[in-house]
Amino acid sequence: MSIFVDEHTRVVYQGLTGGQGSFYGPLNRDYGTQVVGGTNPKKAGTDVAGIPVFATVADAIAATGATASCIFIPAPGVRGAVIEAAEAGIEFIACITEGVPAHDEAWFYNLLRRDFPNTRLLGPNCPGIISPGKCNIGITAGHIAKEGGPVGIVSRSGTLTYQALYELKQKDIGVTTCVGIGGDPVPGTSFIDCLRAFEADPETLAVMMIGEIGGSAEEEAAAFMKEHMTKPVVAYVAGVTAPPGKKMGHAGAIVSGGKGTAEAKIAALREAGAQIGLNPTEAGELMAAVVAKL
Amino acid sequence: MDLFEYQGKLLFARYGIPVSAGAAVTTVEQAVEAADSLGYPVVVKAQVQVGGRGKAGGIKLAADTTEARTHAEAILGMDIKGHTVEVLWIEKASDIAEEYYASFTLDRAAKLHLGMLSAQGGVEIEQVAEENPDAISRIHVDPVDGLSEERCREWVEAAHLDPKATEGAVEVLLNLYRAYTEGDADLVEINPLILTPEGRVHALDAKVSLDDNAVFRHPDYAEYDATQVRDTRERFAHERGLQYVGLEGSVGVIANGAGLAMSTVDIVNQVGGAAANFLDIGGGANAEVMTGALEVITSDANVRSIFINIFGGITKGEEVANGIVQALERVQIGAPIVIRLDGTNADEGRKILEPHLSDKLQMRPTMLEAARRAVELAK
Repeated sequence: MSIFVDEHTRVVYQGLTGGQGSFYGPLNRDYGTQVVGGTNPKKAGTDVAGIPVFATVADAIAATGATASCIFIPAPGVRGAVIEAAEAGIEFIACITEGVPAHDEAWFYNLLRRDFPNTRLLGPNCPGIISPGKCNIGITAGHIAKEGGPVGIVSRSGTLTYQALYELKQKDIGVTTCVGIGGDPVPGTSFIDCLRAFEADPETLAVMMIGEIGGSAEEEAAAFMKEHMTKPVVAYVAGVTAPPGKKMGHAGAIVSGGKGTAEAKIAALREAGAQIGLNPTEAGELMAAVVAKL
Repeated sequence: MDLFEYQGKLLFARYGIPVSAGAAVTTVEQAVEAADSLGYPVVVKAQVQVGGRGKAGGIKLAADTTEARTHAEAILGMDIKGHTVEVLWIEKASDIAEEYYASFTLDRAAKLHLGMLSAQGGVEIEQVAEENPDAISRIHVDPVDGLSEERCREWVEAAHLDPKATEGAVEVLLNLYRAYTEGDADLVEINPLILTPEGRVHALDAKVSLDDNAVFRHPDYAEYDATQVRDTRERFAHERGLQYVGLEGSVGVIANGAGLAMSTVDIVNQVGGAAANFLDIGGGANAEVMTGALEVITSDANVRSIFINIFGGITKGEEVANGIVQALERVQIGAPIVIRLDGTNADEGRKILEPHLSDKLQMRPTMLEAARRAVELAK
């Protein structure tokens, strides 16, 4: 099994006709994802590499039965795009777009929580989600992941996620689902959401978690893990040597006022029973050892 | 992006928050002229983005023209914790009855806005939080609902300010919340927020940090951006659209993706070296981007070796390799380079690089081995 998305997930691409959308939409379809349509109010009735374009998400749902959406709309339009998808009844929204203002993220996070509790938002500023062999939504190169299981991956960083998928594949270890939650201050889906789903998924037997400096998401995940996780977790946290007060690329990756340090996160995760890799390779080796003992 | 005090105050004034009349100046003559026209006494304040400028002698009261000149001469050009004072803010001095603290920021754990108000202002709020946490009155604001006057009033009452300050504080805080949300700030902070003997509530300082991601709806950000203090390397990188953070070490780091770049800096330090920078070139890794990255790295005199760490996802190994080869033809590089190329079509990429390998351009198969080699070469 997998979490959040699988071979039945039918996806509409908001911003399919743009540079990123027209590249990744067809690529995701070629991977095997059910890419059923795209949206652009000005180009309804046309298509992108055979994928039909609709004026709105509601139109796309009516015509195709789409249940998920993937947003490639530029940052100024993301606020509207998220709400459009939720109002149309989309259950799973993956927002790939980076550079979304934090106030917009906080606003639509809380609006979804209040008015659309059944809609899950992933991102913004994330690589997307892949259930290898079944469904790939976003910008992950599908071939670097081995399908099957028993490992689930959840990560705040895009490239480190690819690194993890690739290292596991080279060790012949499969992945049920790999979720990139993104590095922004208000991610729609948290580590805890993913840990809970992996814990409930019978085919996921171990979890790899990749965190980074900034905020307290890793500490919250550690607290959850301690109470609710029975499956083994291997974790890696990037930014051990990051200087305070400097944003390290991601809008959320900053150590400020002595908070959000990698040391504190590593200590909390270790205390919660996770095994800690000090670099991505070591995390991969630890996971291989865990899988060998399953 | 952090604003200078004077920029923060001008922003506050636009949202109806009372601030002292004042002027931002860059020369002694302008300072004296501004002070004369404001009327004495005035305060001469160094504009630097670092705490503790008062203790460093960067804030002085002037009773007349002579004192205004003396202080302006002393403070302009002064070095405060590595920041050179280039701008002064001259403002009319205020009488202070009470000093409070007020701020709004995003509480990432609660995913709500957080307002903090304290009757103990004028000191570091972290210190108050640690020694006397009950002295800070907190309020969570849902961005969908906003901050109502009623809730704001309850919040102010819970902070136990002087009752004379209640009305003024409610008005200031409602306007501060507007400045925070409409201005797309990561942080707005007033410390101290003062109560004058006449009962007026007034912002005596302004700390504002804006969200760089919101620049598209704030044309005025460009003006703030132009006054940002960046070290030469960071300015150079910023002009090339690269995500760069200058560090102290001798191993230049280039990686694709923020997480991988951070991880690369870590691993260089773990094997006994020290990274000279964090540099994320993003997903593309073509010749243009790689050239810009190498130009930025080589502009740093401390760099003794360069570690290029690329993981190909959608971008194929051969595209990355070709980008590196072309960039090397364009940029003169003294320091030796160690490359680790992995991911999609890594073998094809490595084949392209092989004929170019030398003492100056080396390749290692893993991140760890490449980091070790780069650190050796930097010694």
